[in-house]
Amino acid sequence: MTALATPGPGVGSLVDQFQLGLDAPICLTWELTYACNLSCVHCLSSSGRRDPRELSTAECKAVIDELERMQVFYVNIGGGEPTVRPDFWELVDYATEHHVGVKFSTNGVKITPEVARRLAASDYVDVQISLDGASAEVNDAVRGSGSYATALRAMHNLADAGFTGFKISVVMTRHNIAQLDEFQAIADRFDAQLRITRLRPSGRGADVWDELHPTAAQQRELYDWLCAGGEQVLTGDSFFHLSGYGEALPGLNLCGAGRVVCLIDPVGDDYACPFAIHDNFLAGNVRDAGGFTTVWRESELFTELRRPQSGGACTSCSAFDSCRGGCMAAKFFTGLPLDGPDPECVKGNADAALLDVAAGTAPKPSADHSRARSRPVPVPVSIGLRPVQRAAPERACDENPLAGFAPSPAG
Amino acid sequence: MSTETLPRPFDVDAGWRLHPQVSIRPERFGALLYHFGTRRLSFLKSPTLLDVVRALDSQPSARTACLAAGVAAAEIPTYTRALATLAQSSMICEWTGE
Ligand code: SF4
Ligand code: SF4
Repeated sequence: MTALATPGPGVGSLVDQFQLGLDAPICLTWELTYACNLSCVHCLSSSGRRDPRELSTAECKAVIDELERMQVFYVNIGGGEPTVRPDFWELVDYATEHHVGVKFSTNGVKITPEVARRLAASDYVDVQISLDGASAEVNDAVRGSGSYATALRAMHNLADAGFTGFKISVVMTRHNIAQLDEFQAIADRFDAQLRITRLRPSGRGADVWDELHPTAAQQRELYDWLCAGGEQVLTGDSFFHLSGYGEALPGLNLCGAGRVVCLIDPVGDDYACPFAIHDNFLAGNVRDAGGFTTVWRESELFTELRRPQSGGACTSCSAFDSCRGGCMAAKFFTGLPLDGPDPECVKGNADAALLDVAAGTAPKPSADHSRARSRPVPVPVSIGLRPVQRAAPERACDENPLAGFAPSPAG
Repeated sequence: MSTETLPRPFDVDAGWRLHPQVSIRPERFGALLYHFGTRRLSFLKSPTLLDVVRALDSQPSARTACLAAGVAAAEIPTYTRALATLAQSSMICEWTGE
């Protein structure tokens, strides 16, 4: 989806440029609240309860003013469940009036017919409904009882209001990889766009990682499915660690953390990536003197991340150019060194190192807002292999480099 | 979202304009363009191309915009291809002079 206009020599590849960082993030996630009506077992931000230090409406507006000045074209708003903030719509309106487009992720709980009509009327707001199973059985095992029905109702409301092209966002797990075609069918039914992303061991995802992350055979199945067909599936470029299977998946294959990617959390803390909520990746806070602009442009952490990184053991790998050692957050939260292979390295190069990580020693997220009451435990669902058809990725990690665009060589 | 794309060759001698819903953010390597309507991003991978795009609004044709931005005549085909890509993604649009 991205046009890459490329005449003239002399600037090096875009990936090289992005590695050095930009004046403003391209892919900024802003989690407005840790409060959530659900308690998904794999929640990347360990959400549940509202944090009393949450940014006020006025503080949020000040952040939006800054984003406008920095020309951050759009933000990915999430949570928690962002729509449970009483000032949610006020903030969405404020952002779009200030030339900051909004894409927000929701479990659908507040997408009534009336809200859907409102959303359909705005060019500047995009909606992403989370769904982690193509059936209630698979979805609700992870996201909680009734969540499938809630998501489907929201999709119906959006479709009825004439909102086409909204996103259905799926985190790929051991239990839903076999449902890829069914997810696509759901997207087609609502004239929506399927977006699939990688499960990461972040937040509560760390607790269920061993049970939920795809098997090696499923990773292969997913890769083949992505390579096989259409252009209409978005992936947030989050599967670039699969490029070791063969040709690189389209997109900018690079971990964008702190270079083009960033997270502002509900209390204003700025992390290198939404999947890296840990003190090691905390660059500053929007409440600091100089605000987000200074954090983004001058913080020690982000400056460090923009220096050339060592590929460690991966450097000698034939897939290094496109895989680049995979996801920093996935390595960190599984206890692996950051300059080695991804825990899901398709060449199996992390397997030995993973065995050396003693149980319980992998780092824990710095913020846990989970509710105290018990969470749903994923129930095993039978997995069947399915014929591969359909769909190539778009490009670019929503988390990772570039949400919603795909460079196509021009010139 | 790309329904308005016409399968026509890019006319370098026509007048072209930045789409009114497009914002430009200059960067070290050139610029980022974002289209609020299609929610697409494009990269301008050279400062000269950025100058060309900025010149479009005040120039009668894409060709004169290139020349105004200091593009050598021999290089115009290269820039034409880049502009054609931008036209395809509706980042720039033909100006009919109404
Ligand atoms: S060894 Fe490193 S670069 Fe090679 S496939 Fe594994 S993670 Fe990727
Ligand atoms: S690769 Fe991992 S750490 Fe890097 S931006 Fe993507 S999710 Fe974040």
